[in-house]
Amino acid sequence: MNGGVSDLTVWFVIIVLGIGTFLIRWSFLGALGDRPLPGWVLRMLRYTPVAVLPALVAPLVMWPEATQGQPDPARLSAAAATLLVGVLSKNVILAILAGGITLFGMLYVLG
Amino acid sequence: MSPSPAPRPDHQQAAADDPAVARALARTPAQAFRHGMIQSVPLMIVVVPFALLFGIVALEAGMDIAQVMGFSVLVLAGASQFTAVQLLSDHAPVLIVILSGLAVNLRMAMYSASLVPWLREATGSQKALIAYALIDQSYALSIQHYEKHPRLSLRQRLAYFAGVAVAMCVPWIVASWVGATVGQAIPEGIALDFAMPITFLAMIAPMLRTVAHLAACFVAIVAALALAGLPSGLGLLIAAPLGMATGAIVETWMERKGDGR
Repeated sequence: MNGGVSDLTVWFVIIVLGIGTFLIRWSFLGALGDRPLPGWVLRMLRYTPVAVLPALVAPLVMWPEATQGQPDPARLSAAAATLLVGVLSKNVILAILAGGITLFGMLYVLG
Repeated sequence: MSPSPAPRPDHQQAAADDPAVARALARTPAQAFRHGMIQSVPLMIVVVPFALLFGIVALEAGMDIAQVMGFSVLVLAGASQFTAVQLLSDHAPVLIVILSGLAVNLRMAMYSASLVPWLREATGSQKALIAYALIDQSYALSIQHYEKHPRLSLRQRLAYFAGVAVAMCVPWIVASWVGATVGQAIPEGIALDFAMPITFLAMIAPMLRTVAHLAACFVAIVAALALAGLPSGLGLLIAAPLGMATGAIVETWMERKGDGR
């Protein structure tokens, strides 16, 4: 991999992530059985994706690397279009399409 | 999504007069496998473009095809793969890459727990195979099927899961490869940098079903923006648990108010 991250590092991440993900999936089926999860653990689990993904994406939307960290109207409107279509349609692919079209449309219009 | 669904008696009552239930019970394992595959087709339409995009984006981020395939075969979890690739290309510390990638997958522990009542009699290696292929789609379809037809035999349940798993995971892996291969032909200068954020946003939007989900998302965003000055990835590690705790607190609060979700 270029950009300063070594191939070894990438493979290390892939393998540890693969084993860890397998263990998460295997946890109750394979080892913990019927043990009930405490309510607060279940509640936290329920909100992991909806907390992790926005936290990851927010800085990328506000300060895109492609514009040297300057807020960019094309990318901001693409993000807004994606969210809007996603919330309204609940359809991931439609939302991606809406975002993509908005991005390229805006980049074209704004030159 | 409830963690341990006991087979409900009312389903068994209804079983006698519903022809769909009678048909499900009469299937041989081979037929149950095919039935699982057929029911997966609508979800495949989501999985394939998503995997193509992963291949393209990962290549763009500097992975080679072997690494793209490593992700799709060994990790086999979309959001987690996108997260890891994004953080790797940001040069986040390896520990943060791994913790974040795993955090996105924690929900699968819930899936695992909720399948136990249905698949507890399976052998160790069957359980290992199920665990490997336990993605959002295979879980969602199987649990719906098991709850709808509580009297299926274990073999019918396993065969149905296998049908779904093959129909979901094989296209995921193949389409990642296609994406990474086709991605090499995409000219420089196209704004692919934003494919990843758009994908994440598209994944997030349908999740915002309740006030608690919205609150979790909002707090995570505010915290992530406020902490953006911290070394790469560290803000995420603080902002995400804050969002999770907010979701949990708001959920408790809403339940106490009496109107649930």
